[in-house]
Amino acid sequence: MNYDLVVVGGGPAGLAAAIRAKELGVMDILIIERDNELGGILNQCIHNGFGLHIFKKELTGPEYAKIFMDKVEELGIDYKLNTFVLDINDKKELAVVNSTDGFFSIQAKAIILAMGCRERPRGAINIPGTRPSGIFTAGTAQRFINIEGYMVGKKVVILGSGDIGLIMARRLTLEGAKVEAVAEIMPYPNGLKRNIAQCLEDFNIPLLLEHTVIDIIGRSRIEGVILAKVDEDRNVIKGTEKHIECDTLILSVGLIPENELSKSAGVKMDPLTSGPLVDETLETSVAGIFACGNVLHVHDLVDNVTKESYKAGESAAKYIKEVGEKKKIKDNIVHLYPEKGVRYVLPQYLDIDNLDENINLFMRVDNIYKNIEIIVETNGKVIKKFKRNQLFPSEMESILLRKEDLNNMTGNKVSVYIK
Amino acid sequence: MYDVIIIGAGIIGNFIARELSKYELDILLMDKENDISNGATKANTAIIHAGFDAPNGSKMAYFNVRGNPMFDQVCDELGVPFKRIGSLVLAFDDTDLKTLKVLYNRGLKSGVPKMEILNRDQVEKMEPNISHNVQGALYAKTAGIIGPWELAIALGENAIENGVELSLNTEALNIDKTSNGYNVFTNKGKTEGRIVINCAGIYADKLNNMVSHNKFRIIPKKGQYYLMDKTVGNIVNTVIFQCPTEKGKGIVVTPTVHGNLIIGPDSEIIEEKEDTKTDSHRLKFVAKVASKSLPNIPFDKVITTFAGIRAEPETGDFIIGEPEDAPGFINVAGIKSPGLSASPAIAEYVVNMVGGINNGLVKKDNYNPNRKKIIRFNQLSNEEKNELIKIDPRYGKVICRCETITEGEIIDAIHRKAGATTVDGVKRRARPGSGRCQGGFCMPRVMEILAREQGKDIEEIVKDSLDSYILTGKTK
Repeated sequence: MNYDLVVVGGGPAGLAAAIRAKELGVMDILIIERDNELGGILNQCIHNGFGLHIFKKELTGPEYAKIFMDKVEELGIDYKLNTFVLDINDKKELAVVNSTDGFFSIQAKAIILAMGCRERPRGAINIPGTRPSGIFTAGTAQRFINIEGYMVGKKVVILGSGDIGLIMARRLTLEGAKVEAVAEIMPYPNGLKRNIAQCLEDFNIPLLLEHTVIDIIGRSRIEGVILAKVDEDRNVIKGTEKHIECDTLILSVGLIPENELSKSAGVKMDPLTSGPLVDETLETSVAGIFACGNVLHVHDLVDNVTKESYKAGESAAKYIKEVGEKKKIKDNIVHLYPEKGVRYVLPQYLDIDNLDENINLFMRVDNIYKNIEIIVETNGKVIKKFKRNQLFPSEMESILLRKEDLNNMTGNKVSVYIK
Repeated sequence: MYDVIIIGAGIIGNFIARELSKYELDILLMDKENDISNGATKANTAIIHAGFDAPNGSKMAYFNVRGNPMFDQVCDELGVPFKRIGSLVLAFDDTDLKTLKVLYNRGLKSGVPKMEILNRDQVEKMEPNISHNVQGALYAKTAGIIGPWELAIALGENAIENGVELSLNTEALNIDKTSNGYNVFTNKGKTEGRIVINCAGIYADKLNNMVSHNKFRIIPKKGQYYLMDKTVGNIVNTVIFQCPTEKGKGIVVTPTVHGNLIIGPDSEIIEEKEDTKTDSHRLKFVAKVASKSLPNIPFDKVITTFAGIRAEPETGDFIIGEPEDAPGFINVAGIKSPGLSASPAIAEYVVNMVGGINNGLVKKDNYNPNRKKIIRFNQLSNEEKNELIKIDPRYGKVICRCETITEGEIIDAIHRKAGATTVDGVKRRARPGSGRCQGGFCMPRVMEILAREQGKDIEEIVKDSLDSYILTGKTK
C-alpha cells in the first residue's frame, strides 16, 4: 500500500494537518486512528472553551472536533479507524494492524506524527501507600464519566492542578461528588487561570499549593490520603500531615508526549519537551517525517494545536511536491537554546536559507515571572526583546521573529532567556 | 469428601495441585483471595536462584538446587516465560571477595553446577553498565528469571484441566480433626478432606496452630521494589546480586522476562500480615543501595513501585511435613526466598508424602501436562499476525498500546480455566496495563471486555478483590 502522506493519529492535530495538506494539493492522504472515531481526546472534553482564538466562539470539544471531521469527509480524505500503527521505520514504512485488513505495511512519501500524549500515572511520580482501586488519572475518569456515563467516586481528592484535573473537579461536583481539595506540589497552579477561576473558585473547591499526597490508605478501595505541605525543595514539612477521607484520588500530574513510534522511526528527541526535535517547518531529524500537536510538546489550547498542525500539513505538502526534484540541503542550521528561566523553546532548529518572513517561537517558562523581558540573543548580541507583564509556567508563550532579525547573526546558536 | 484439600493458591499450592492432578484423587484448591497467586507470588523478585545462598543441609538449599533444573520442562509444557540468564554476586572489596569464595564453596557442597568466580574485567565485559568499584563476582549460569504469577496461574489452569476443583474467595476459618481426616470450615461452609495441605503463606501458622500443639509462627517480612520501563530493561544482562554483608543481603537489579527492570527488595519485619504499603523512605534506601551496583540507574523511568510480603518462618528454614499430632495435615510453610526456585521440588516431595499417607497413588490415564498455547500477538512474525487475524479478527484490535496487547489475547485470558475475572486478573495473564501508562488508556476498554465476556454489568467489574469496586453508579 502506498500513500503520499500518512497521518498517524486522528485527533485535532492529525485532522488539521491532513486537511491543510489536502487543500494544498496532496492527493493521497491516509489518517490512521486507533480509536473507533476521529476527534481524539476532544470527544470526551464536553466542556466549552474551545475555539476562542480560531473560530472566535466557545465550542465544546466534540463541536470543535466535528468541524474538522466534517471537513475531512468533505475533502474526501481517507481514514482508517480501530487501526494501530505498530512500527515506523526511517524509510517511512509503517507496520499497521486492524481487524479487517489484518497486518499490512504502508509506504509513505511523508509522515505526520500526531499521536498526542498520555497521562503520567501514579507510578511515575512514586506516590507511596497501598494500591487499591479508586485511583484514576484525570483523563481516564473523564472518559468514564463523559463517554461511558459512569461515576468514579463520591468523595474525591485531586492531586495536581493540570487543566484536566481542574475540569474534572467541576465535572465531578456537577455530578454530585464532593471534591475535598486539589493539591499541587508547586507554589503555583499548573493549569490555566480561567480554569482555576471557573472550575475551583466558583465551586469553593480549595486549591492547596505546595501540598502533595504522601500516603494512600485502603486495601480494596481507597479510603483516604495523607496530604502534607512541602518546602521550597519539595520536601515534606513534618507536622503538616493531615488525613483526608476519600473514595477516589484523581491524578492530574502531567502529560507525556507519546513518542514510541517516533523513536522507532529514528527521530531525534528533545529531553526538555519529550517530543521530537524539529525545525521551523516542523520537520523532525528524519527527512519527510513531521510532528505536530501534543506529540511535539504539550499544549494548553487546542487552537494552538490546530495552528501548529496546519503548519505541519503545509510543510508536508511542500516536501511531497519537492520529492523527486532537487533535494533541498539544509546546511545553514541555527540551533535554539532555552536558557535562564526558559524551560524549552520550539522549534529547536531554524533552517536559515528557507525561512518564511515570520517565525513563531513557542516557549514555556520555569516559574512565575512579572514585568520581565524575553531576550533573544546570539553570540552575546541581543537580536530582539519582548516585554511581558507576567509569565506563567502553565501558559505557553509565543514570540515572533522576522526573517531580517536573523540576517546579520554570527554563529549558529540562538539563546532565549528571561531578564 | 475430598482426598486432598489444598489451602492457599500461590505458587506452592498451585504446583502441588498440578502435580497431584496426575493421580486419581479428588482435589480441592482453595484461596481466600479473588484470584490465584494474589499473595507473595505476585510480588517478588521473579528470579530462579542457582542455590548457593542457603546454608548447607537446609531444606532451602536442598529444594532450591533440586528445583532449579526442573523449570525448563514445566515452563515449556505450560507456556510460561522463563529465561536462564545467569546471576552475578558482586564483590566490592576484599571482604566481599572472601565472601564470594564462601558462597562458591557452599554452592559446591549443596550441588550447584556451573559456578565460576570472575575477575573484574570479566564482570565488566558481561555487564558494561556495572560500577567500576566492582572487584569480582560469583557467576552462576543456572540462575534465571521467570513470570511467577504466570507460572502459578498456568499451573492452576492445568490442574483444573486435569480435574482439580478451584474455590476462590474461600477462607479457612477453622479446621477440626475427624476420624478419617479434617473438617475445614470456611466462609462458604464446611468441606471435608482426608488430607489437608497447608500452603497458606503468611497465614500458614494460623492454620497449623488450629490443628497442632506443635505451634509455630510466620513472621511477615516486607520488601519494596521499583519496576522500570522496558526502555531500560537491558541495562543489565544477568541477575545482579550484591555480596551479603553484616548490613544485609543487598539489593537485586535484574531484567524481567518481559523486558522491564526490577530493583529491590529491602527487608522489614511488619506487624500486620498484609501491609503492602510502599513508603518513600524505604524506596530511597533501595535506590541508594542498588546504585552501588549500577551507578546510573535512570530512576525517572520508574513505572511503578510495589511491596511484597515474604513468609519468614521463625525456625529459619522451610517447614515441610506433618506435625506429629496431626497426621494427614501437611505443612508447606515458611516458604520464603528461595521458595519460588524450590517450588517444583517441594511439590514433588509433597506428592510423595501424599502417596505415603494414601498408601500409594494411581496415575490418571488422561493426564495432560500441556496447556493450550497462549498467543502473544507482539511476538508473532508479520505473516503469523496476518494469518491469525484472518482466523480471529479480534487479534487485529490493539487494546493496550504500551504492551501491544490485542482484544483476542484478553478474551482468551478471560475464558481459560481459572480465567481472569478482574482488571488485575487480566493484567497478570495478558499484560494490558503493565506498561508505562499503567492502564490509563486501556482500563476502561478492558472493563468493557470483561463485562461483555462474563455477561456482567460494567459496574460489577472490580480491580482485584471482591470489594475493590471501580465505578460508583451511573452519571446524572
